[in-house]
Amino acid sequence: MIRVILPQHLRTLAHVGSEVTIEVDGPVTQSSVLNALEARFPMLRGAIRDHDTLRRRPFLRFFACEEDLSHESPDAPLPDAVASGTEPFIVIGAIAGG
Amino acid sequence: MGGVRVLVGTRKGAFILTSDGKREKWDVSGPHFAGWEMYHLKGSPADPNRIYASQTSGWFGQIIQRSDDGGKTWHQPGTPPGEPVAPGPPKSASNKFAYDASAKPLTTHQWYDGTQHPWEFKRVWHLEPSLAEPDTVYAGVEDAALFRSTDGGENWMELPGLRGHGTGPKWQPGAGGLCLHTIILDPSNPKRIYIAISAAGAFRTDDGGVSWKPINRGLHSQYIPDPHAEIGHCVHHVAMNPKRPNVLFMQKHWDVMRSDDAGDNWKEVSGNLPTDFGFAIDVHAHEPETIYVVPIKSDSEHFVHEGKLRVFRSRAGGNEWEPLTKGLPQKDCYVNVLRDAMAVDSLDKCGVYFGTTGGQVYASADAGDSWTPIVRDLPGVLSVEVQTLV
Repeated sequence: MIRVILPQHLRTLAHVGSEVTIEVDGPVTQSSVLNALEARFPMLRGAIRDHDTLRRRPFLRFFACEEDLSHESPDAPLPDAVASGTEPFIVIGAIAGG
Repeated sequence: MGGVRVLVGTRKGAFILTSDGKREKWDVSGPHFAGWEMYHLKGSPADPNRIYASQTSGWFGQIIQRSDDGGKTWHQPGTPPGEPVAPGPPKSASNKFAYDASAKPLTTHQWYDGTQHPWEFKRVWHLEPSLAEPDTVYAGVEDAALFRSTDGGENWMELPGLRGHGTGPKWQPGAGGLCLHTIILDPSNPKRIYIAISAAGAFRTDDGGVSWKPINRGLHSQYIPDPHAEIGHCVHHVAMNPKRPNVLFMQKHWDVMRSDDAGDNWKEVSGNLPTDFGFAIDVHAHEPETIYVVPIKSDSEHFVHEGKLRVFRSRAGGNEWEPLTKGLPQKDCYVNVLRDAMAVDSLDKCGVYFGTTGGQVYASADAGDSWTPIVRDLPGVLSVEVQTLV
């Protein structure tokens, strides 16, 4: 079970609370987590990654375990704590304040 | 007696304002899609319960919303609310606006500095539902292109003939971006569509969108190297009275223009306006020679002239204008009225509506003679459309 925290506007789109849980088959990577997230919540398709290139939208970032994983390879394994469900994978808007 | 439904897009959500035919008391619902930029909402002329909305964000991209019950509930086309979510590939493509790579010649467009720049989709500026088919709707997008959906907004296909016209390398973004902001469907000829792009100009198709031609003869723009060029004019908005579809009125960056031959030729009708810069323009529903504009001070100072919010009306199709001020602030007012933020209803008397960047939505139930604010304190208004309900 993977925990994913979404920003408010994506929660509204997906009709969910702040945290969702998803199942991922195979290696737990950014790609596999986002594939599973979009499969369960199709309305998020295109809102986190580009439809065709699957690149992260430029004003979004991915955090986990107090680290910024935005520039890691989408196919790199996520930390064990994310894979085990201890820590969430966080999708967040790329602005610190304002 | 019918009623009206006013659809308001703002920088932080959408609002729906409803009234009976007297247009004195209003119900306000919203914000819908709170916190999102709502560039445009428009109802289907063929089914007033069908409304399309463009929801957009620099962070999360483009979302299309649809209501089938007059704005009470909304869903993303292809992802109905409450439907069990099945595993497997995502099926909703309602927010996918992919440029047609087969458009020939496949071009770049001009960037602000004169260099060439690739097309990049940013948002939908304007949604124009078909006059006859509720599931058919057109979308004008930034960077400028025209898309069409024939399945209620679930899937979108570009009409590539427009960018394929070959003048794309001369199109350049205005201050708001390279946007296709105006789409007018000719009620007398289903094959004829007008569009306008800032800053490229106006175009017309007479074959249902397969091929397009620029219709900018008579426009004069000092900010392009050849002021009379075929392409490059910053057209802000175009309006038509459906009962007289060959006559068009245009608010250009500077200059108010009219055409009596479906856009083939234009002449200036700015006349005695205090300034002929502006964004919004519209035509009275029953008097095709009565038109409305809101003059803005200049392209450097995007607010109304002399601190006075004045709608100017011409009953002569231009040239002779009268200020309409009753009920509007006449001092210390520095708002703008954006290009899609004015609309008319078709009741008798004709109602006129506009929204400001200061968050007010004003209504006139007497063709502009007097005005009252329906709401005063919304987020900045991006668009106003009206549905006349029977």
